[in-house]
Amino acid sequence: MSVFSLCAKRTCCVLVKRPSFIPLANGGHSNAAKLNRTNSCVQSHITNVPRLFSSQPHNPKVPDVATWEAVTEDQLPTPTQIPADLVDKLERLALVDFRTKQGLACLEKAIRFADQLHVVDTSGVEPMDSVLEDRALYLRNDTVMEGDCGEELLQLSKNTVEEYFVAPPGNIPLPQREERAAMMKHSEFSI
Amino acid sequence: MAASSVAASELLHNMNKQISILYPKASCVIRRISTSSRCHSHSQLKATSAPQQLVGVVGLEIHAQINSSTKLFSGSAVRFSAPPNSMVSFFDASLPGTLPVLNRRCVEAAVMTGLALNCTINQKSFFDRKHYFYADLPAGYQITQQRQPIAVDGTLTYSLLGGKKRSQVIRKNVHIKQVQLEQDSGKSLHDDVRSQTLIDLNRAGVGLMELVMEPDMSCGEEAAAAVRELQLILQALGTCQGNMSEGQLRVDANVSVHRPGEPLGVRTEVKNINSVRYLARAIDYEIQRQIHVLQRGGTVQNETRAYDSKSRETIPMRDKEGLQDYRFMPEPNLPPLIVYEDNASLPTGLDACQAVVVQKIRESLPELPSVKRDRLVQTYGILPEHSFTLVNEDGLVDYFEEVLKATKKEPRKVIGWVTNELLGLLKQQDMSVSQSLISPPALAELLELQEKGHISSSVAKQVLQQMWRSPGKSGSQIIQEQDLGLVSDTSQLHSICQKVVDSHPDEVHAIRNGNKKVLNKLIGLVQKETKGRADPVLVREILQEKTS
Repeated sequence: MSVFSLCAKRTCCVLVKRPSFIPLANGGHSNAAKLNRTNSCVQSHITNVPRLFSSQPHNPKVPDVATWEAVTEDQLPTPTQIPADLVDKLERLALVDFRTKQGLACLEKAIRFADQLHVVDTSGVEPMDSVLEDRALYLRNDTVMEGDCGEELLQLSKNTVEEYFVAPPGNIPLPQREERAAMMKHSEFSI
Repeated sequence: MAASSVAASELLHNMNKQISILYPKASCVIRRISTSSRCHSHSQLKATSAPQQLVGVVGLEIHAQINSSTKLFSGSAVRFSAPPNSMVSFFDASLPGTLPVLNRRCVEAAVMTGLALNCTINQKSFFDRKHYFYADLPAGYQITQQRQPIAVDGTLTYSLLGGKKRSQVIRKNVHIKQVQLEQDSGKSLHDDVRSQTLIDLNRAGVGLMELVMEPDMSCGEEAAAAVRELQLILQALGTCQGNMSEGQLRVDANVSVHRPGEPLGVRTEVKNINSVRYLARAIDYEIQRQIHVLQRGGTVQNETRAYDSKSRETIPMRDKEGLQDYRFMPEPNLPPLIVYEDNASLPTGLDACQAVVVQKIRESLPELPSVKRDRLVQTYGILPEHSFTLVNEDGLVDYFEEVLKATKKEPRKVIGWVTNELLGLLKQQDMSVSQSLISPPALAELLELQEKGHISSSVAKQVLQQMWRSPGKSGSQIIQEQDLGLVSDTSQLHSICQKVVDSHPDEVHAIRNGNKKVLNKLIGLVQKETKGRADPVLVREILQEKTS
């Protein structure tokens, strides 16, 4: 188990370079793969933008080499148990079905992984909202530049009537637990 | 899930027709977005003489569509009643990879509105994602301002007419908790028969200002007056067109009842209110309903109710599921929004056209309705309640001032003609001032005739009615055609007066015994005889002579 110095702007890079340091050997690879993917998105999104720290390789606040120290079990809070009701709520919110032993184990492992963040001393450090927070927000003129692509967009839809998109009836209570399992099988949302 | 609400009037007529041809049983439901945490947070202590009496407590959540050419985060056009899905960009449809680009006009509109409502403008504000699943919110979240909205802590001063004659102006304040920028949702048309929903994304992403008014109001009338004042302010600023029936201004009311001094009661949220008049009715109905529930020993449920303008009731809506979790999170694609107090505080290197400068916006604030009313009272010496009527009616101030330009009659004497006679005629036919069948110069001409003594005031009123019925005819034409000019032929008046005196010996006797007031009755009878055309001064003289 290890935690790297959590300098948020470099965290992703550390993970890219050293995916093997992701704890939880079983789930580790899939997690790392996901993080890698996320990271590449973020990178492509900000590549052309000179960043305050990342563009200066020798910023004293950022160590040249990633460092980490082991986090032992006893430094972590008690492992989180996921009650059935919470699973139900999460399934509803995410429209994802994971009510299996394997699914629950995966979720609990993910939480356990995140528990390591509790070890980091953040006292006196203002939390970041976004990696863009030191950037000026670009403001656009109020001039019509787009929007004439209804036809194109409607072609993306499986089901249309006249110029409308057709969606399943919404805003009705989701089915009860028992019904849901059956529904998920046939749902377009199922993953 | 956000609640759905029936707002038929918000729909396009032709859209309705089209749908009903396609799906005769389809019901049209339009959903509103509402964001903020509730305002019934601090208890309110009101002193009153009857402590056992349950009283209403009303807070409002108002969504005002920003009057802009393009949407909040995309460059697609904003237009009411455009063909479905004709104003949608890739971002509005939430295609993967699209990013929000903030419209400066929307920021300026929110700052301007905040300033007009005496708010503190937050130099730094944040955007957040509020998640819920709904087909007309294709991203699965709405970008709003939950943590730090653009403007906070303001007041709206509104006035009511009260007192015995409803002529006393009562000023009240309502606290504005915040003004926040957020995206509108699309529109859904539910087809229950085919169990499907038709989605129009034209409205998806239009900029909204959500205004939260604290529960400082106690009845429908107060809430309606506050909303009306807000509507006038927004229209004066041009930041929102404020048309409730087109959904540009959407009001949800949080209503509860309690005994003054006690903590606030459980509240209900009343939605689907599409006019100021219905707002007052819906709130008053809901207050009475809750009082009855409590008096019967029941408890008020925390629920969302819709106002049905036909039955004049509020009815429970098929509501959000109990477990609602918006999973607010910072919007990662938008850095904090920063506005600058003045040009001096602009950071070096910032492109001036990129900056929103509060000072500049403050200087460009137009005359607000309350200031306009004060000006009218002072300039023309009219009563405050008249200034309300003038400002409340779109275009009436201009009409009044046009009339004044063309007559020498004193403003104090003109005002009644505008606010009573003319407005009465307009209201009768549900017309706006701009549709008036009598132009300001035509009214001025008529008033001139009265002022110069050619006609009496009661005849002038008759002529006005006829001018309304036969547009194009001038007052003087009508007076000539119908011989309505003032009768000041002394001999003719003498004979009429004599007739009245002869047929009312008792009254004459009373006058002779010193009861001079009875003379007025005789004057009235003479006027009746002449259909109000007799010169009142002459009639009084003649009658005095005959009864002395």
